[in-house]
Parts: sequence; structure tokens; C-alpha cells
Amino acid sequence: MALDVQAIRAQFPILSREVNGKPLVYLDNAATTQKPQAMIDALVSFYTECNSNVHRGAHALSDESTRRYEHARDVVAGFIGAASREEVIWTSGTTESINIVSKGMAQRLQAGDEVLVTEMEHHANLVTWQQACKAAGARLLVVPILANGALDADAFVTMLSEKTAFVAMPQVSNALGTVNPVRSLIKEVRARSPRALVLIDGAQGVAHGGVKVADLDCDFYAFSGHKMFGPTGVGVLWGRRALLAEWPVWLTGGEMIAEVSYQDATWGALPHRLEAGTPHISGAVGLAAAIEWFQTLDVADVQAHEKALLDRAVALGSEFKGLRLVGAAPEKIGVFSFVIEGTHPADIGFILDKQGVAIRTGDHCAQPLMKRLGLPGTARASFSVYNTLDEVDALFTALAKARDMLV
Amino acid sequence: MKLPEPSEIVDDLEFLGDWESRYQYIIDLGKALPKLPEDARADELKVKGCQSDVWLLPSHQGDVMTFQVDSDAVIVRGLLALVMSAYNEKSPAEILQFDIDGFFKELDLERHISPTRGNGLRAIVGKIRELAATG
Ligand SMILES: Cc1ncc(COP(=O)(O)O)c(C=O)c1O
Repeated sequence: MALDVQAIRAQFPILSREVNGKPLVYLDNAATTQKPQAMIDALVSFYTECNSNVHRGAHALSDESTRRYEHARDVVAGFIGAASREEVIWTSGTTESINIVSKGMAQRLQAGDEVLVTEMEHHANLVTWQQACKAAGARLLVVPILANGALDADAFVTMLSEKTAFVAMPQVSNALGTVNPVRSLIKEVRARSPRALVLIDGAQGVAHGGVKVADLDCDFYAFSGHKMFGPTGVGVLWGRRALLAEWPVWLTGGEMIAEVSYQDATWGALPHRLEAGTPHISGAVGLAAAIEWFQTLDVADVQAHEKALLDRAVALGSEFKGLRLVGAAPEKIGVFSFVIEGTHPADIGFILDKQGVAIRTGDHCAQPLMKRLGLPGTARASFSVYNTLDEVDALFTALAKARDMLV
Repeated sequence: MKLPEPSEIVDDLEFLGDWESRYQYIIDLGKALPKLPEDARADELKVKGCQSDVWLLPSHQGDVMTFQVDSDAVIVRGLLALVMSAYNEKSPAEILQFDIDGFFKELDLERHISPTRGNGLRAIVGKIRELAATG
């Protein structure tokens, strides 16, 4: 069944506003998605009906907010197919999730160990590993991409060895839209590097639906709430229970302890041992509402719709004089990155904004990738489930005006 | 290129009503602004914006200060041309006196020069005024 996009749009209040006197065409979904009314209502309801701290109150409100907060964990666990709710750690977002893992790994890496990342990494999944390697005297290996922006899977395989201690890669590249074949790549890791742990940066993957961590066979999966219809400031680190139970604690303080004396402390059980301090309670509740909203949609429909949007953009782009697509991997989702001959991406973004079309321009937090591609940056339109084919057309109408003005 | 005086720019932009002709004017100024040669685009002259880079090459000519500026984005170049109309070939005293924020406000372009806009313009203005203050 095809997606009823108008019905979906009606649930996102912001989509009916105007920008610079023009109807908003929001194509910056890879940066952050808009929020459905159900998620906004959950935040309002939390603060108006049951706000209080969790896990500690001796009163009704605290019980209720703890219930909503821990229910949110169950929702996430179900959504990504975690084996147990204790495997879901609340964080502030992908960046923090990755840092928990990389800081822990920095303590475990030995000199001579190797860590693999890819050329298409977001800084969040690059700087973290580069710094962990520096701290531990381990070697960072960067798996190249092919000319079309796909990962060089052959190179990936040859770079794996007994020395590989960790592999970190994105499920989907935020700058190119490349979908990595993570399942088959992880199979190679298991076959060649028995002690390697694998983290998947799911920031751009999770909102397209259908992620099951057990199928991927990764050890850690990181994502942000705000990129999948939830609030900013909340995210998730999923990890295998046995690993998380032993993982070096990264923040100490309240909530995460078992017993404390002046001179010593012991750590509490999962998931709290990795969640020090008062958590982002409303954020977790809001993210759960966003996920529950998203789960009312059919994943195959969502993906078919997003593919139609991207296909239309690629087709119109190929006819658009001077436009060069950046990233043409056969498996791609959500992201249409491009440059227009004789123009700078920042100028394109500005003229589009004047016409109500919101895109992102710049290096997309992937400076080494831009350097590798020989580009100062790109313009990037990124799509979500509520975008329409008409909006893709509006993008190109706006681009034609930008080219007329700039070239 | 002889840049129009600030007062002429104000008049021109006032005359141009809609955003398209206003920005076309700025883009055309940007295209007309002389480019810094590639080899002069040295890193130490670079002011990094988050969207585009900007370069500033200052020098003295007698009593007046001269500047060469450049950016890889043409709208920023156009805005730099506006900045140059105010500052280039002026004495340090004139530079320090000139109300650049008021000028951009009068042009209805103040958002481009606001500190939150990461296009390097604010940093260039700061650097020019600093140079003028230290002579
Ligand atoms: C692939 C990828 N990884 C990591 C991040 C970082 O996410 P956050 O800023 O929400 O922590 C992003 C966000 O842009 C991303 O696209």
C-alpha cells in the first residue's frame, strides 16, 4: 500500500509554516527531522501531568514518571530488537553514545592493535577513534571509498586481520547517502578478526526503519532521537549485555552506583551503571512517543516512498545543467548531495532559503571526506517520510533560479 | 574596480525592492570585486567561516589603509564589497568612526554581519578595526 503522505504531513505542525513568505520545503532531515504532534503532546503531557525525578521519589508522581521513562526504554528495545531492556543506554545522542564506547576502548586497546573506520565517517565516528588510538598507541586504518561513494568492500576485507580490535562504520553516510552493507561486512569481521568489536553509527540509518541489531550482528549501535522524529538531547547506545555489564564507566555520580563510602564506590547494575545523574526524562518519553508514532507506518512503504523521492531528485539532477551528484553508490537512501558548476554551496543554500527551501551546505561534519573528494563542501537535500514529490520539484525550481542568479 | 560609495549603495539597494534584485545587485558586486590571486590566499590570511572561507590582505598606502579581500562564496564577496566601500582606502580614524552595523542595518542586511552568522564577515570587520586601532 502506498503511503498517505498528506495524512502524515498533517501530523507535523511545523510543515505548514512559511519561510521568507514562501511555504516551507524542509529538506534538511539528515541534520534533524521535524516532530509529529504525538511526540510534542508526549512532552507537554509529561511536564503538565507527571513531571518529577525518576527512581528516587517516595511519591506518586515519581512512580509515574519512572514508569513512563522505563516504558520508553522498552519501546526502544522493541524497536531495534534488543535482547533485553538493559541493553538500551540513554545518552544525549549519537556523539555521546560513540564516546562511551571509544573512551572505554581507549582503556582496552593495546599498542599494535588496529581500529578500522571508513573514509565517509562523520567526525563523531572519526575523531573519537582517532583520539582513542592516539591515547592507546593503536593504529587507525581508514577504509577507502570507491569513486561512486560506495565503500570499497574488497579493501575493507583486506584490511581486517587478527590485529583488528575494533571496527566503526556508519550504516548510512550523512554526506553521501551511501548505505553500507553492514551485515555482510560484519560477517567478514567475524571470520577474519575474532576479537574485534563492531560499532554501527546508526544516526542516519535508524529513521528509515527496519533496524534489528541482532540481524546486523554488531556489538554496539548508536543513534540520536532528534534524527528520528524525537527531541534533541536524547539518544541511545545499544550494546550487547555482556559487554555493557563490564564496560568502563565513563561518568560517575548519582544513579549509577551500588554502594558508596567516602573512599570507595561500587557500580550499580545495567542499564544504570552507564547513566550517571538525572537523565533526560522527558527526552526519553518523547523519543518513545516518536518511535510509537513511526511504528504506525509500514516500513516497506516508508522505504519505497523515500526511494521515489531520491530517484526523482537524481533524475531531475541528471538533466540539470552544471549539477554534479556527489555520491552515486548503487545503495543509497535519503541524501541528495551535489555541487553546481561555477557556484559555491553556501550561495546555493542562501538563495534556496530565500525561496523557502531548507537544505544544508558545507562539509557535513566530514572534513576529511570533502578533502578526499576535492570539494570545499556540497549542497545537500535530505528527505524524510513526509516529503513529497512536489517538494523535490520545488527544490529544482528553486535551484534553477539560484543558478540563473549566480552563474 | 572603483566601488560605489556607501551612500550610493544605500540609494541603489533602496531602489531595488524585491529580494531577487537586491541579491542580484550584491552578487554582481561580488563578481566585480577583484580576486586575490590563488597564491595570496595564504592560510594566515584566512578567516574561517563555517560555510565559506574569507581572506584579508591588509596594507598601508601613506595615510590610508588598503585591503584586499576575497571569499569562495560570491554572496559573501558581494557583502565584502560593501565592507570595502566603507573601509578601503580610508584613514584609520575614518575606519574607526564608521558605523558598520548601522550601515548594514540601513541596507536591511544586518543579519549577514551579526555575530551568530558564521560567514566570516564579522571577523573581517573586527580585524580591520583592530588594525586601524593599532595603526
Ligand atoms: C552519520 C552521523 N553520525 C553521527 C552524527 C552525530 O549525531 P549527534 O550530533 O546527534 O550526536 C550525525 C549527525 O549529523 C551523523 O549524521
